Amino acid sequence: MSQWVINGLRTGIKTTAYPRDVEGAAGVTPGLPCSGKFDAASGKELVDCCPTQVFTQLNGTVSADTRRCIHCYRCVRGIEHPVGWEQTYEWATVRAPSNSPNDFIPAFKQSIHICVVDAGDCGACLNEVKQLNNPYYNMHRLGFFITPSPRHADVLLVVGPVTDHMRVALKKTYDAMPTPKRVVAVGACALTGGVFAESFVCAKGVADVLPVDVEVPGNPPPPLAILHGLLLAVGRKPPASLAPASSEIKTNAMKL
Amino acid sequence: MNRTELKEQIKQRWPDVRCDVDTASSMCEVKCSRAVLPELCGRLFLEWNFSFASLIVEEGASEWQLRYCFYGEQEAGWVHVLATAQLAEKTFPSIVKFVHAADWHEREAEDLFGLHFEGHPRLGDFILHDDAWQESVEPMRHHFDPHAAMLHRKPDADWRPHRVVQEAGAFVMPVGPKFSGVTESVHFLLETVGEDVIRSTPRLFYKWRAIEKLAEGKTPDEVLLIAERFAATTAFAHGLAFCQAVEKICDVKIPTRAQILRIFVAELERLRQHAGAIQEICESTALVVATSQAGIFEEDLLRISGELTGHRYLFGLLALGGLRCDLPNDACRHALKKSQDALKQLNELEKRLRVSSSFLDRLEEVGIVTHPNAMAYGLLGPIARASGLVRDLRKAQPYLGYEDIEFDVPSEQEGDGYARLRILFAETKQSVRIMEQAFAALQNGSVREPLQLRAGAALGWVEAPRGGTFHWVRLDQSGRIARYRVVTPSFANWHGFHLAVEKFAFQDFPIMLSTFDLSVAENDR
Repeated sequence: MSQWVINGLRTGIKTTAYPRDVEGAAGVTPGLPCSGKFDAASGKELVDCCPTQVFTQLNGTVSADTRRCIHCYRCVRGIEHPVGWEQTYEWATVRAPSNSPNDFIPAFKQSIHICVVDAGDCGACLNEVKQLNNPYYNMHRLGFFITPSPRHADVLLVVGPVTDHMRVALKKTYDAMPTPKRVVAVGACALTGGVFAESFVCAKGVADVLPVDVEVPGNPPPPLAILHGLLLAVGRKPPASLAPASSEIKTNAMKL
Repeated sequence: MNRTELKEQIKQRWPDVRCDVDTASSMCEVKCSRAVLPELCGRLFLEWNFSFASLIVEEGASEWQLRYCFYGEQEAGWVHVLATAQLAEKTFPSIVKFVHAADWHEREAEDLFGLHFEGHPRLGDFILHDDAWQESVEPMRHHFDPHAAMLHRKPDADWRPHRVVQEAGAFVMPVGPKFSGVTESVHFLLETVGEDVIRSTPRLFYKWRAIEKLAEGKTPDEVLLIAERFAATTAFAHGLAFCQAVEKICDVKIPTRAQILRIFVAELERLRQHAGAIQEICESTALVVATSQAGIFEEDLLRISGELTGHRYLFGLLALGGLRCDLPNDACRHALKKSQDALKQLNELEKRLRVSSSFLDRLEEVGIVTHPNAMAYGLLGPIARASGLVRDLRKAQPYLGYEDIEFDVPSEQEGDGYARLRILFAETKQSVRIMEQAFAALQNGSVREPLQLRAGAALGWVEAPRGGTFHWVRLDQSGRIARYRVVTPSFANWHGFHLAVEKFAFQDFPIMLSTFDLSVAENDR
C-alpha cells in the first residue's frame, strides 16, 4: 500500500492557480463568441449561420447572447467573416434580480455543500462537474463539497434542460433543501434548453421550473466556468458582465 | 457464411421469401411475411451467427414497415429483414423468443408507436412512464403533433412499479433517480430478502428528450447538432455515425485526409472515455490515489482534445461530407505525443492496480456476465469483449478505412469486473496504436466534399467507445429528415445490466455500475 502514498507524493501539485490567479493552460476552455462590428452583409451572414440565435444585428454591431451558444463553431469555421472568439472562462452571470433576491448570505461565507441534479443532461456538463473533484481543480480547497443529500445542501446545481420525467424529482430535491439556498443552472441546456428547447418533453431550461440565481453558459461550461459560477453564487467573485443590475454582488464581493 | 449461401439457405427453407442482394452496399434485404418473421430472425441470430443491431419502425403512407437489422463478420455483411402490415393492423409477432436482444426494441416500439408484439413477455411502462402519461399516447406516430400544447398529467403519487419477488420478508430498495454525488438520473428497484440483490430492475428514460421525434422535419445540418449533443461523452462517435448515414444516402466519398483525421479523433475520444471509465472504477472501490491519478489523465486528455479541435468533447468538428475545418499536422503530432505520454502513465497505473490486492478483491468474480448470456442479450463493446464475445464493428464491418489499419481487439473470458477493467486498459493501448498509424498515413488535401442532398435511407454504424452504435436516417424529397432512429451501445448494455447485479451483495452494486461504464444519456436519447 505504501507505493500508492509514494506515488501520490511523486505526482506533485497539479492544482490550478484559479481563482487566485489566471489559468493559462491550453484546452481548458472551448471559448465563447464575442460581439463585434460588422457591415450589414457579413452581419446578416453571422445571424443566419447560428442555429441557436446567439447573434443580433443593430447599427453595424453584432452582439452575442452567449447564454445561447452551443459551440457549433459555425460562426468561425467555413465562414468568410468569422466572429471574434474569446478563450475565457469566467462566464457565470446573475439572473435578473427580479427573479430572486441576490443579497449576500453570511451563512455562505464558510464551506458550501452542493447537491447536483441531472435533469436530462447529455453527460458532458455532468462530466465537467465531476472534474472539479480531480486534482487539477480540487474544489475542496475552496470549501466546496458535493453532497448526495439535499438536506445538507446549500447550493442546488442543475444540469440539463429539465425533461418532463425529471420535473418532479427536481422540484422535490429543491423543496427538501433548507433555506437559505441558491440554484446554479449549468450549461446552455439548463439556461435556454439548448438543442432540446423544441422537444415536446423538455422545458426550456431550469428557470421554467425553479427560481435560478446563477447561470453558467457553455455547452458544456469548462470546470473553471462552473467554479466561477459557484464562487459567484456565494459572493466570492463578481459576475461576468458588469451590467448595472448585478453590481450589488460585486460590492458584496468587495466587502469580503 | 457469405451472402450467396445465405440466399440459398433462405430460398430452400422459405420459398416464398424474397431476398434481394445489393452488392454495392454489402446489404441483403429479406422481405418476409409476419408468420415467418420470428423463425427467420431466430435462425439468423442463433444459428448463422448474426448479431442483432436494431429494430427500425417506419410509418408509411398506408403501411407499417418493420426493419430488423442484423450484421455478421465481413463478407456476411448486413441482413435487413423487412415485414410489413397495413396501418390499421397493429400486431406483429414478437421475435424475443429467439432473439432476446430485441426485447427492449419491441418494448420501445410498443410504447412510442402503439404497436403490439404478440408473445412478448413484458410490455408496458418503459419509455413513457405510466405514472406521468396517459394510455394511448403514441408520440412517434405522424399524427402526433409535437408542437401542440400538451396537457401534463398530474403525476400519480400512488403509482407503484411492478414487484416480482414475493417471498416472505422480501422488500424493494428504491435507488434514484437522484442518488449519490454526481450521477446521471436513473432509478433502480433492487429486490432483496436481506444481503443479496435477488432482482434488479433499472427504470430508465427519466432523461428521455425524444430526439428521434425532434429530428423529424429538420435539415441534416441541424440534426447533426443533436446527434453530437444527445450523449456528449461519446459525441464524436454518434456524430460520425449520423454523418456516415447521410453521406451514404448522398453517395459521397469523403476525402482521404478527412477519413484519416476522423479515425484519429475517434480514437482520441475512445482513449479519453476509457480513462474516464477507469477513473470511475477506481472511485467505486474507494482507492483515493488511483482515482486522483486517473482523474489527472482524463483531464489531460480532455485538454488535448480541446487544444486539437477547440472543444473538449469534440463538438463542431464534423461536417456532412468531411470536417468543418482542417487540423494542422503539427497540432496532430502534438496531440499524438501527449496521448502517448498519457498512455505511458495509464500503463504505470495499470501495473500498480494489478498488484493492489484490496482493489482486486473488490473486482474479481464480481458482476459476472457469462458468455451465453452476453450472446443472448446482444451485449456490445468492452463489456461483451470481457465475456468472450468479440465482435468489433471496426473489424466486422469496417468503415473509414479501418480495414487498412493494424490493431487487435482484446478479449477476456471471465466476464467479471476485473476482466472489464483489463479490456479498458488493453483498448487504450490499441487506440494509441491506431492514432500512430493514422498520423503516419496523413496526406495533404481537402477535408470536405460538397454534398447534394437527396431522398433515400441508409444506416450508419460506428464502434463507439462503449460499443456499436447504429443511426438510421431517411431523407424525404426536400432533403429533410423523415425518420431518424438511433440505437446506442448503452441501450443494449443496460438491458443486460441486471445479469451482473443479481445474486451479488449490495455493497458491490456501485462497482458493477462503474465496471459496466453505462451512459444514461446515451440510452434515454
